[in-house]
Amino acid sequence: MASLTSALLYLDDVQVAFDGFKALRGLSLMLEPGEMRAIIGPNGAGKTTMMDVITGKTRPDTGSVLFDGGRVDLTRHDEAAIAGMGIGRKFQKPTVFDSHSVADNILLALKGPRGPLSAWFGARNRIEPARIDRVLEVVRLSALRDRLAGSLSHGQKQWLEIGMLLAQDPKLLLVDEPVAGMTDAETETTATLLKDINRDHSVIVVEHDMSFVRALECRVTCLHEGAVLAEGRIDTVASNERVIEVYLGR
Amino acid sequence: MITLRLMRALAGREQVFLALLAALIVLVPVGNLVMPPDSVLHIPTGTVVLLGKYVCYAILAIALDLVWGYCGILSLGHGAFFALGGYAMGMYLMRQIGTRGVYGHPVLPDFMVFLNWKELPVTWWGFDWFGYAMLMVVLVPGVLAFVFGWLAFRSRVTGVYLSIITQALTYALLLAFFRNDMGFGGNNGLTDFKDILGFPVQAQSTRVGLFVLSVATLAATFGLARWLVGSTYGKVLVAIRDAESRTRFLGYRVEHHKLLVFTLSAMLAGIAGALYVPQVGIINPSEFAPTNSIEAVVWVAVGGRGTLVGAALGAVVVNALKTVFTTGALAPYWLFALGGLFVLVTLALPQGILGLLERRRAAKSTAVSPKAAE
Repeated sequence: MASLTSALLYLDDVQVAFDGFKALRGLSLMLEPGEMRAIIGPNGAGKTTMMDVITGKTRPDTGSVLFDGGRVDLTRHDEAAIAGMGIGRKFQKPTVFDSHSVADNILLALKGPRGPLSAWFGARNRIEPARIDRVLEVVRLSALRDRLAGSLSHGQKQWLEIGMLLAQDPKLLLVDEPVAGMTDAETETTATLLKDINRDHSVIVVEHDMSFVRALECRVTCLHEGAVLAEGRIDTVASNERVIEVYLGR
Repeated sequence: MITLRLMRALAGREQVFLALLAALIVLVPVGNLVMPPDSVLHIPTGTVVLLGKYVCYAILAIALDLVWGYCGILSLGHGAFFALGGYAMGMYLMRQIGTRGVYGHPVLPDFMVFLNWKELPVTWWGFDWFGYAMLMVVLVPGVLAFVFGWLAFRSRVTGVYLSIITQALTYALLLAFFRNDMGFGGNNGLTDFKDILGFPVQAQSTRVGLFVLSVATLAATFGLARWLVGSTYGKVLVAIRDAESRTRFLGYRVEHHKLLVFTLSAMLAGIAGALYVPQVGIINPSEFAPTNSIEAVVWVAVGGRGTLVGAALGAVVVNALKTVFTTGALAPYWLFALGGLFVLVTLALPQGILGLLERRRAAKSTAVSPKAAE
């Protein structure tokens, strides 16, 4: 098992309550550097809340959320700071900048200084187009470079958002339901894409599509009522009695 | 060379706009000072002053478009920054009156003598020096916007809530400036100006000079704003407008970006107010009236938000309409007309007049070459 000092992400006994409703009750999770992890679980299991806690949107009531071998306490930082430390997030509903071109979406996401002056007349205006092109190639959107992001199809928007994550070059990518609303072919491409990305990034994927999760060939964690129900290889988790009962169905 | 390259980077409408400003700078002084009064090409001094007012409003509109059109911050209190810049200029002009006031006091403006004050309040120190007054024209609105923005954006006050507190801000200033003991002339404000930098403000040549200066400032304001929105910073602002939390999760400190554009915009509004006051000859608390700020939003909406040029166009068109309406038998109906215009534009012309013009042109060009659009 991973230890605190070797873990990229370390969640221990995290509790979050909204108006008395306990979204997370003692969630513990550990992610090794370079690992890909799929998170499954029924609606309300706390998957999105977990992402909110990791990215600084929600502050946990108790418990520790540590990053980078326990060196950083994520509960003490806000969204922008956490993004700067190298945690990128893709939302469940694809969120791109509709009135910007595909290339400009990547331009804004690319790693580098993020202050207003840098954007006005500093480094961000001197970003080489080749850096944008490289990202677009990975997410297979090179041909749509100058299209407005708002005119992309649902699947293409999902890829663009993954591309924006890649451009940030984070240590950890959090990907919330990347294949929701995708065709089978698109789903397959996305699985290959995420596996490619996983070569040099750690990834957490939240997904309902079991065939997609299977295609990722990674460790799986099943959440239920704000805590871990089962964890391990997909076959082990999928054959777990409780998992079948609360999530997969008979 | 640089000018050429710059012109090529600008859209057609922006080139037309700058050409128009250049024409105004040449034609209006010629029309007023050179053409004899009986010539058809003569421009009366009253018209020059009126146009100068419109130009100041256009500067305010561009400032407002920066925060609203590009960054999505609907400020309903920009009139406050305009008025503060105007007051700073008014205070300089008051100090220039010297002993020519009704009471002939060497230091104190008339209203202070009337209130039986013995010495100049600290707030007025230094305003006899033009450089200091000009610094205050940008500094006072800038600092207020910075402090206000710091508190509001850090607490993530957005949308209609932010609009409401900007209204409250300008209303609070309205009430404060009405008070005599604030030391800014109470409800009469500041007026009866004599000189600006040694030139008599009422003189025809000074009025033309102020007009030219206003147009040049409008061009410079447009240039600055265009540079800003054309840079990646402009793209960040639009990103914040369209998907604020996405921008934040990309690692941008949204509050810092908002604060910079809001403060800059307030300073530009202050400059507009400072140019406005010597031309109209008075500044009083009614400039803080919440309706003034709302009218400025209507100008931007009518012209076309998020285009800069459209904002300036809207300011001129709506104010020209206002002049026509309020000087005739239609005067009681002006506010109805303004409200109706706002409703009409919101429902029928979401991109304003400029959007309509460009749609027309686009439709025409596709009609000529339907394949070119593909």
